[in-house]
Amino acid sequence: MPSLWPRIEPLLARVEKPARYIGMERGSLQPVHRHDRAAWLLVYPDTYEIGLPNQGLQILYEILNERDDAVAERSYAPWHDLETELRRASVPLFSVDTHRSASEFDVLAFNLSAELVYTNLLNCLDLAGVPVRADRRRPEHPLVIAGGHCTYNPEPLADFVDAFVLGDGEEVVGEITEVVAAWKRSGRTARDGVLRELATITGVYVPSMYDVAYDGPALVSVTPRFPDVPERVEKRTVADLAEWPYPKNQLVPLVEVVHDRLNVEIFRGCTRGCRFCQAGMITRPVRERPAEQVRTMVREGLRRTGYDEVALTSLSSADFSGIDDVVGDLVNDQDGCGNVSLSLPSLRVDAFTVGIASEIQKVRRTGLTFAPEAGTWRLRQVINKLIREEDLYSAVDGAYSQGWRRVKLYFLVGLPTETDEDTLGIAQLASNVVEIGRGHTKQASCTVSVGGFVPKPHTPFQWFGQNGVAELGRKISLLRGELRGSRAQVRWHDPAATFVEGIASRGDRRVGAVIERVWRAGGTFQEWSEHFELSRWLDAMAAEGLDPDWYVTRHRHGDEVLPWDHISAGLHRDFLWQDWQDALKAHGLPDCRWTPCYDCGVCTDYALEHVVASPVPPAGGSQGTGQDLGTGHVVPVELRPRVREAARAR
Amino acid sequence: MRGDAGFPVRVRFTKRGKVRFISHRDVARAFERAFRIEQLPLAFTQGFSPRPKVSFGLALSVGYESEAEYLDVELEHELHVDALPAALSAALPEGIDVLAAAPLADRAPALQESVTAVDYEVVVEHGDGGALDVADVRRLVDAALAAETLQATRRRKGRDVVDDVRPLVRAVDVLGPDEHGVRLHLSLATQPSSIRPGEVVAAFGDLTETRVLRTRQWIERGGARLEPLEVDPRPRAIEVRAS
Repeated sequence: MPSLWPRIEPLLARVEKPARYIGMERGSLQPVHRHDRAAWLLVYPDTYEIGLPNQGLQILYEILNERDDAVAERSYAPWHDLETELRRASVPLFSVDTHRSASEFDVLAFNLSAELVYTNLLNCLDLAGVPVRADRRRPEHPLVIAGGHCTYNPEPLADFVDAFVLGDGEEVVGEITEVVAAWKRSGRTARDGVLRELATITGVYVPSMYDVAYDGPALVSVTPRFPDVPERVEKRTVADLAEWPYPKNQLVPLVEVVHDRLNVEIFRGCTRGCRFCQAGMITRPVRERPAEQVRTMVREGLRRTGYDEVALTSLSSADFSGIDDVVGDLVNDQDGCGNVSLSLPSLRVDAFTVGIASEIQKVRRTGLTFAPEAGTWRLRQVINKLIREEDLYSAVDGAYSQGWRRVKLYFLVGLPTETDEDTLGIAQLASNVVEIGRGHTKQASCTVSVGGFVPKPHTPFQWFGQNGVAELGRKISLLRGELRGSRAQVRWHDPAATFVEGIASRGDRRVGAVIERVWRAGGTFQEWSEHFELSRWLDAMAAEGLDPDWYVTRHRHGDEVLPWDHISAGLHRDFLWQDWQDALKAHGLPDCRWTPCYDCGVCTDYALEHVVASPVPPAGGSQGTGQDLGTGHVVPVELRPRVREAARAR
Repeated sequence: MRGDAGFPVRVRFTKRGKVRFISHRDVARAFERAFRIEQLPLAFTQGFSPRPKVSFGLALSVGYESEAEYLDVELEHELHVDALPAALSAALPEGIDVLAAAPLADRAPALQESVTAVDYEVVVEHGDGGALDVADVRRLVDAALAAETLQATRRRKGRDVVDDVRPLVRAVDVLGPDEHGVRLHLSLATQPSSIRPGEVVAAFGDLTETRVLRTRQWIERGGARLEPLEVDPRPRAIEVRAS
């Protein structure tokens, strides 16, 4: 039996939180490996506490293990202390399910949810005994695959990953398994053949099958080297979520993790159209899970896991058709489950939402979070987050009046067209919110959480030059100064980390060498502030002769070849460009779930439709529609009529 | 913590194998979930944030195994406890097996205060990982126990404190060789404060524990040593009503 457990066990006595590495979660499996089964190791390149709850990874874990021709196990990035012990004892990266060496798997599949984990991916490969550079790998090495939102710009990792998978994984993972299982049965001969075959699967991008040309700093083209390899790789989309009621056996960790509760995905995709939001752009269209299936998944999930909390997850949970009915049923039908609490992450900012929140949080009304994202109505029009001040104030008034004492507000700084007036607008909103709260309770407080904006690929802001470290720092100081002495507390994200996120988000293939240098210099766990150092990144950029500002703060031209142009989320480039132009003019765009199609490209190109039970938007707020749905007042935003362009630049 | 309305139960369970790496708090959460999975009616505290009425005995260090862990839990109403061990074990992680359950008297003293002695089996190796034979260990133990005091370094609130722990060491038997070193049996007092077996063996000499198994816990009352499940039993419900 190839379990490494006897060698791992003595090391665990010497590390922090050893339970990260033992597996044994309720719902976990001990799959039987066989010659005719493709063996997947699903790796989350961050700590166990952050990686375990990842729903994408858990869904694939179940789907793969249900197949006859596959097995799947899991692994997470070992923390520094265990890494040191593993290297000293020459023990490789291992799975937590059967404690098998990572090198014994046919596929190492990484989930990439954030750019700052890229160096961890290299570290995990190295710990697995796999050459970090794809071109050094031999047939005995596993295939290295990556999925997740970051793969929509795969280029910075193109040198290290054999194949990227774009979009929903439920279906494509089976197609990949068939190719890998056949490769395994044939004795895992040359890698080129299997990679070429993978490259022909829709949604799979094999970077080694493409040539990249530059002209000085500028990218000229990324072109396939073979006729059967697609020029553009299209994402995969599951048309009907009802066919995929996963995870059926959500893992219950033995240690506390983030989002430590039952999570039921109620819909995928979002068409609110917030222009800064990559998730909303790349996961279109909206696909709701039938309400009845949501109820069943909640009921059975609670019974199976023993959790006392369930979250109904999505990108904007209050937008689910008939959310109030679903919530009402769940709150009232808890026989046999004990005291179960319900949470709705990603709430809209309006009174309706607070009504739902008060329905579900009968006790423990401590804090409620809203995300207006920008300080002025003008800037919120630019980013298409169409929350009026009245929406925010009525929401927080509702919250404070119903017993909440702490309101948290999320904002971005460094947004396109932003001026100091917008930044100071954040302070104004926060002060007004505190004022409203003080009318209800002396203990009212407000936390303002500020993140630096990173323009993301496949969004209308992909052409925008990010604010540099100094500029973001200045705006944060401005805001802090304005709120000094007030009852609003400011928390902010390190602008230096935001800058590095910018390098990785819109980098091209040349950035790969930078990531490798940072990793070799010991720069792992970069999203952990105690391990992050901007100088490591700047030194690596300099050593590679790359200009950080060219990558991060430079505005892109409309006709420039972008590193991710050969990757498609279905969004037409002319739609994104038009939306960018509209943004600059502060024109809003309605939510196409409930208004006529403006043809962003996704539904038409992929022959998909929204799966939405309700033909009308929810009551009680204007957000995203630009219309005052609560009272039928005048539309507070100038809506630009959508005209389809005759010629499509593809 | 134990109201008159509920039905308090004391449970004995194990913590063996890989699961020994989870913390005391993690064990508590696993039990709370197990009660919910088995739809056993846990009683909750009243108030702003209701908590299940569960209380544990002496904490077991992360990495130590045990055949004798206990917890007291209050259920909302009376039930047959015979089915509890199998039901809970099925819902708990592998290695945590509920061995027995007994109804507990209302307002029984908490485990924390009641338990006065604990037995361990400890496998030790030389501090530098070198060879160690049974005779060496015997010599160290005999010398340590013959002395008037036994100075041990104990971790207290994040600081190292040197204390005389001789009064806490009831008995030590050197059992013989083991594949990982030499096996000892330790009997330690837990009052006024408890000590980790690893701290005791380190006080004997340059010894490090490689495996620790808690084998028994004792409640000593009126000169008798009692298994915690036998202490403070719930009186059988007899319907006596004076009118």
